[in-house]
Amino acid sequence: MSALPAYASTGQRIWHYSFRTICGLIFFFLIFPILVILPLSFNAENFFTFTKEMLAFDPAGYSFKHYEDFFTNPDWQQAMRNSFAIAPVATLLATSFGTLAAIGLSQQHVPYRSAIMAILISPMIVPLIISAAGMYFFYSRIGLQGTYVGVVLAHAALGTPFVIITVTATLVGFDRSLVRAAASLGANPVTTFFKVQMPLIIPGVVSGALFAFITSFDEVVVVLFLGSAGQKTLPWQMFTGLREQISPTILAVASLMVAISVVLLTVLELLRRRSERLRGLSPS
Amino acid sequence: MNTQNPASTDTGPDENPQVLTTRDGIPLKVSLARALRREKLRALALIAPLLLFVLITFAAPIADMLFRSVENGIVSETLPKTVEVLATWDPESGEIPDQAAFTALYEDLKVAVEEKTHTRLGSRLNYEASGMSSLFRKTGRRIGRMEPAEATVERFIDIDKDWGTVETWAVLKRYSPTITPGYFLNAADMQLTAEGVEMKPENERIYLYLFWRTLFLSLTITFSCLLLGYPVAFLLAALPARSANLLMILVLLPFWTSLLVRTSAWKVLLQQQGVINDFLVWTGLVSDAGRLVMINNQTGTIIAMTHILLPFMILPLYSVMKTISPSYVRAAKSLGATDWTAFWRGYFPQTVPGIGAGAILVFILAIGYYITPELVGGTDGIFISNRIAYHISTSLNWGLAAALGVILLLAVMLLFYVYDKIVGIDNVKLG
Amino acid sequence: MKFKTLLLAGAASAMMTSGAMAIDLTIVSWGGAYSNSQNEAYHKPYMAANPDVNIINDESSAEAVAKLRAMNEAGNVTWDLVDVVASDAIRLCDEGLAQEINFDEALAPAPDGTPASEDFGDLIVSDCFIPQIVYSTTFGYRTDVEAWNGREPDDICDVFDLENFPGKRSLEKRPINNMEWALLCDGVAKDDVYDVLETEEGVQRALAKLDTIKDQTIWWSAGAETPQLLADGEVVIGSTYNGRLFSLIEEQDQPVKMLWDAQVFDLDGWIVPAGLSDERKAAVMDYLKFATDTQRLADQAKYISYGPARKSSAPLVGKHAELGIDMAPHMPTDPKNATNTFLYNYEWWADYRDDLDAKFQAWLAG
Repeated sequence: MSALPAYASTGQRIWHYSFRTICGLIFFFLIFPILVILPLSFNAENFFTFTKEMLAFDPAGYSFKHYEDFFTNPDWQQAMRNSFAIAPVATLLATSFGTLAAIGLSQQHVPYRSAIMAILISPMIVPLIISAAGMYFFYSRIGLQGTYVGVVLAHAALGTPFVIITVTATLVGFDRSLVRAAASLGANPVTTFFKVQMPLIIPGVVSGALFAFITSFDEVVVVLFLGSAGQKTLPWQMFTGLREQISPTILAVASLMVAISVVLLTVLELLRRRSERLRGLSPS
Repeated sequence: MNTQNPASTDTGPDENPQVLTTRDGIPLKVSLARALRREKLRALALIAPLLLFVLITFAAPIADMLFRSVENGIVSETLPKTVEVLATWDPESGEIPDQAAFTALYEDLKVAVEEKTHTRLGSRLNYEASGMSSLFRKTGRRIGRMEPAEATVERFIDIDKDWGTVETWAVLKRYSPTITPGYFLNAADMQLTAEGVEMKPENERIYLYLFWRTLFLSLTITFSCLLLGYPVAFLLAALPARSANLLMILVLLPFWTSLLVRTSAWKVLLQQQGVINDFLVWTGLVSDAGRLVMINNQTGTIIAMTHILLPFMILPLYSVMKTISPSYVRAAKSLGATDWTAFWRGYFPQTVPGIGAGAILVFILAIGYYITPELVGGTDGIFISNRIAYHISTSLNWGLAAALGVILLLAVMLLFYVYDKIVGIDNVKLG
Repeated sequence: MKFKTLLLAGAASAMMTSGAMAIDLTIVSWGGAYSNSQNEAYHKPYMAANPDVNIINDESSAEAVAKLRAMNEAGNVTWDLVDVVASDAIRLCDEGLAQEINFDEALAPAPDGTPASEDFGDLIVSDCFIPQIVYSTTFGYRTDVEAWNGREPDDICDVFDLENFPGKRSLEKRPINNMEWALLCDGVAKDDVYDVLETEEGVQRALAKLDTIKDQTIWWSAGAETPQLLADGEVVIGSTYNGRLFSLIEEQDQPVKMLWDAQVFDLDGWIVPAGLSDERKAAVMDYLKFATDTQRLADQAKYISYGPARKSSAPLVGKHAELGIDMAPHMPTDPKNATNTFLYNYEWWADYRDDLDAKFQAWLAG
């Protein structure tokens, strides 16, 4: 498949190239919507489409005004501050609880493992609208609706499955004899954990944390129901923006968020390679 | 936990040489069991904080929703005496209840008006029968000035003629139990009438249709994802690692990009004055007046959601295809199979687990979508989720929202169970 | 030592007084141009006169009913004053989530001494609701539609006339207003609309009329959508709040005109949430007395084209704060605009909302 053999027939050749063209089109479908907003966010006009000046590459057609608006508009700035006040705390909660539980789950003998796993993974599986509805009803009862604490707890709960999955994955390849070796050499369990296990699972913990972070940072349904004006996050502001005051500033914000995704993706890729090296697997 | 084996200490090594013991004289079997218990407890202790956390922040809300979908204490709490009197009244008799019921109603309402709960009851009953809202508001206003002696049947009918109809009282009686199937019936386009459970009139049925449409759209989206995802995963699995990793970025970048960013992008692309239409008009494929309508309808929802969920199809497919050895296909070809037969008989069957995993994952995610349909779905591209949100925040019919949510949850749990059987939850991979 | 004690006591008392003096008022409204008009006409002058009051704006009016219910259930009401439309106010009052107001005691009389209850007159549609403005839901249309051959719609029924006025329409995604308009254009007299709509045949009749334009209609749920759709040319005629159209036409200078025929009057105003502490309630009522007096209501009209709810405010309406144009001709209550208006029946909709909404949504989905 990868390279066309010299003896390929004409039909095979046609198929080979048309298949590649089809795949190219699908890749285009995947990436084009994300790329298209980048130039549009520099539009000098308040339109969502390319102007004649933009297509002619006339500098007059481009401007930073939507970015300026984002960085000077108090609504957007407040939304950004709120996002950064919620996501890291939710990440910290999800990562610490999740890592501990993943280590627990990877022990050889865990009673009711599959039942526990099902409960712990459920926040990822249950549709967001249902989580949001249930949390809205229940948090109203206990006075957490419309509070910062409520939103952080909810986001932490949504992020934990990702931490469990990524950390468990690093522990699957973990050689348990290392722990026994450390113990037989006189290390106590705590030392063993920090000196032997921790360095090995660190990539899993960090990528789990990144997943938890992006879950909270991108989340809009739950915060829409649980939050009050004091917890208006960037995605929430984007949602209202798309529905009500439709302004191209959204495209500037979207471009900035793509940049954040690129950074996260790079970090994850580096972590994956490191993890594979540590486990002695060659990068595939 | 160490007190469980009192017998073990007096079984010395000399008395029973057959039993293997540890250095401190405990039989090995007991010692191992003890170690096992300790390990189990340690594992549970590590899991406990998160389990507790998830139970409180996540499972309890879901349980609350289950409760709200059937809870109906409001009638018996607001009108305790009336409910008691109505217990002996039979709506089949065709006659309205006697004076005792009106006296009880008067006494109950007197208290309710004081506490301002009568209008709340009115809004609750209005979900079941139109007119209840104003009936209770109107009656409440008059009751404040009414003396106990005035609380006659005639006086109530004078306030509102609805008090003189059997149907009004029948509704009160029907909804007096503290647990009601009413919300679930509503969610299935059914209603509780004097004759029992029956379907609502044709022009009021909406939820079954919406469930069906949610199902249909989710299936269409899953199928489009499979159609687009299979070739891409196939190509990625066949390419050398270096180029595959490079192309993988094109899959992972959308995966990591915010849902709202991608939805905004589709809004920009699909609208009538948007990028795609502008391009088509420019190329002359479409006239300026004949711009395509691709947003605020099903098309918009399908296109945008296929794009958003496509990585969830490609990633599991890819991980399965990567493990398939190319030698099968080569063997098939060397035995004289054509390219197509080699693929269809030799390769494709091995990818079925990947298809199953990807399809169920995409389907589970699609069925509960809210944001994207809300923004690009118009009226015929929305899902049941949008209706749940509507009942929570706009119509305030929380019981109905909860019932719809429970039905959707059951559907997802069923699928999840299937997923677990096919793939196993432990094998969920990310990135 | 003694000096230190004194200092501490002084600091403590200073803290206590400043703590008691600084009052935070959380006022909930709709955001955008509307919040801005309230900010200019009410908040700024009030804070200037009461430096110890700090007003916090929350733009959650659209979800006010649901959020107030959630807060009430939690027993922790964090809002002090909420701007809602009249139908929501009635609902909040019904649910016991809003406080009843004694108009003459709580609100300022008109300059000539007319008590507040008389000055607001029959706009008082609920015991909990203090009307602020009269707005209307009406249509705007583009003036540059070639297919119309120079014709301009001047009748509500032109919305249903696809032959003379082809093109996409935008209507709100709910039965309210649309059902009434449909019946009016199906030959039902204005006074009979609600009687007809109460029957099953009436509902079918209204939906059948709406059916004629269904596939040409985009359904909106946020007030900003129609102006945006009109500006983009995605629709040629659409319903929305008159203030939004004013801003589109006068402030953004778009080729759009207003169709004032059969505009539906509606009210927007304040409610005080139930369950406030006495101290907070006192602070809110003081603000409310100020913000709903004759002059303040007239001042708001400088910033947005909604009519003040007090009779005594009408003569005081002046010019737009920035454009300098007379605001009176742009008010939905102006005699020239109000030749044919439609009164929205709150009580009726409170009863039939759930039922008609189910039927409407079923129709929309089918």
